[in-house]
Amino acid sequence: MDRLAFDIAHLLAGGLVLVSFVLLYQDRLYALLNVYALHAVVLALSVAWQAFVQAAPHLYVTAAIALGFKAIVIPVALHRIVERLGIHREIEAVVGVGLTMLAGMALVALSMVVMLRVTAGAAPLAREDLAFALAVVLLGLLVMVTRRNAVSQVVGFMSLENGLVLAATGARGMPLVVEISVAFSILIAFIIVGIFLFRIRERFDTVDVHVLDQFRGER
Amino acid sequence: MNASGLSGVDAVLLIPLCAAALLAAVPSYRIGAGLNVAATFLTFAAALSLLFVRPAAPESYLLVDDLNIVFIALTTFVGFTTSVFSASYIAHELEIGRLTPSYLRFYHAMYQILMFAMNLALVANNIGLMWVAVEMATLTTVVMVGIYRTHEALEAAWKYFILGSVGIALALFGTILIYVAAQPVIGEGLGSMVWTELIRRAGSFDPALLNVAFIFLLLGYGTKVGLAPLHAWLPDAHAEGPTPISAVLSGLLLNVALYAVLRFKMLLAANAAAIAPGPLMVTLGLTSLIFASFMLYRRRDIKRMFAYSSIEHMGIITFAFGMGGPLANFAGLLHMTMHSLTKSGLFFAIGHIAQVKGTQRIAEIGGLTETHPWLGWSLVLGVVAISGLPPLGIFMSEFLVVSSTFARSPILAVLLVFGLLIAFGALLLRLNGLAFGEKRGSTAPIKASYVPMFAHLTLVLAAGIYLPPQLVIWFQHVSALLG
Repeated sequence: MDRLAFDIAHLLAGGLVLVSFVLLYQDRLYALLNVYALHAVVLALSVAWQAFVQAAPHLYVTAAIALGFKAIVIPVALHRIVERLGIHREIEAVVGVGLTMLAGMALVALSMVVMLRVTAGAAPLAREDLAFALAVVLLGLLVMVTRRNAVSQVVGFMSLENGLVLAATGARGMPLVVEISVAFSILIAFIIVGIFLFRIRERFDTVDVHVLDQFRGER
Repeated sequence: MNASGLSGVDAVLLIPLCAAALLAAVPSYRIGAGLNVAATFLTFAAALSLLFVRPAAPESYLLVDDLNIVFIALTTFVGFTTSVFSASYIAHELEIGRLTPSYLRFYHAMYQILMFAMNLALVANNIGLMWVAVEMATLTTVVMVGIYRTHEALEAAWKYFILGSVGIALALFGTILIYVAAQPVIGEGLGSMVWTELIRRAGSFDPALLNVAFIFLLLGYGTKVGLAPLHAWLPDAHAEGPTPISAVLSGLLLNVALYAVLRFKMLLAANAAAIAPGPLMVTLGLTSLIFASFMLYRRRDIKRMFAYSSIEHMGIITFAFGMGGPLANFAGLLHMTMHSLTKSGLFFAIGHIAQVKGTQRIAEIGGLTETHPWLGWSLVLGVVAISGLPPLGIFMSEFLVVSSTFARSPILAVLLVFGLLIAFGALLLRLNGLAFGEKRGSTAPIKASYVPMFAHLTLVLAAGIYLPPQLVIWFQHVSALLG
């Protein structure tokens, strides 16, 4: 393994974790969407680099999906939806920023400890990638549980999914990566069309999931 | 592929797919419902043919072996009977205007796509393909759950969507880790995701990676099994969607997810140095059982109550497979079959009951055995079956689970019996108000289809009294495979 190739892959994957952290403390919806677009760009670069290093041209397709669909189409569509449905621009967090950041750091430490220990036998590149990918996945979950707003939960889910794509491309020669990234894009498109078509704003007067909970059929 | 050019496996997948395309184009709901029944029947017939003629060698994508054939037969059978029930159910929904013909076109097409996705997940010989199929099944059910477009239905669909997606994401991470573990041994490329290859060489995989992968897979697919504490989507999805979908969800989709967990459990069992997957499954199963049993007491919605009962039973089944060994596995398989038949049968009855009473609230339904004797007594029979009273099938399988556990770990058995008794009390308590007691709600007659309901309950009753030896041998063989 070329040292430089490894370093660049390392840098890009680490950058993805960093952008995940930036997602954690955004308190305005538009800013959150912009950071997500940056997240997708970093992912696209990282995947493209993997495609180059592994000489696996099909991964360029995944990179192109990340760049075109996730970094441009989705943020723009979500911007429009937020505007059209008149969703509140401020994000209500369940816990404070400080606590969330601390939890995020703990999760990153956890994923490093777990993944680096269990992948002792794997190739160094895949190893680092998996550790970073798990960190991104866990941070995505953290975004989902600490936000009450439906759009920001979706953003959390999409960043989680970016972590999965990073893991899949890091695993050398994994088949079906492109198919899986397409399947995920369909899933995400479904979610976004769902927000729009079901007009969660209109029906519930808010996209705050906390309010949705009040409609539970138990009363 | 065999000589005729089209094997049973292809038929099981192609029939639902073609039917979906056809149903999306047929405007009349009557023809649509008929076609839906015909297609599911043909799929069931194709699945039965797999029992006799099996593709010789597993391909790199599709596989039929002794384990998944049980699931395929069960899935296609319940899919068929549910489509019969669905035909009369939707006729009523159309009458009262809850659904419109254009929605029904969509509904029927989605029903077939769901059958396709479940069958694909079951016959997939590739862990990536299996994942994609489970995702597809999740998506179709999400859309179906939200089909009434009420506040509650949309909320249920949204919750199911988000939790299901997280589950599915975790499962994918586990799948990637399995590939990473397999890649140094089997080599890069497709081979390292083919299940038959994986199980053959699992002994030389890195055990630490397998352990972590299994935890992700168990949590991921376990979300879809509805194991506590990952079950939050399940009661809402069952309560707010159309009842045929509740029946398919409880009776089939939970099994499909469980099947995925079992496949990976076998993989772990094949590696001597990996952790034993059993205790994890036992813990999750027992937690689900006891938690759901207590939750049963507080339910006010009839479909929601039986959704919790599904969590309870999935807990028992996961527990049994977690215990492992020929007897517990046999009990788990039998329990799974019996639960699928009973629970979907029960949902058939409940669907018509909710329609005739115009409500799902338990407090507003009463004295069913007097107002609607057929529906009322089948509800009684169904609840008696699901709560595990003799001589019905579930009694037998629960008895086997308990007795096999007692022989090996009495403390676990005590906890298991405790959970079962709590659930038993809750179900009988509610049944008393629903079926007997004061008459409440509408007494208008209803055009119901009793055949699917009775077919299921008869099978459960028959299995409780007499299990054909062929079936016993078959299940014993599968249990031995599961290890």
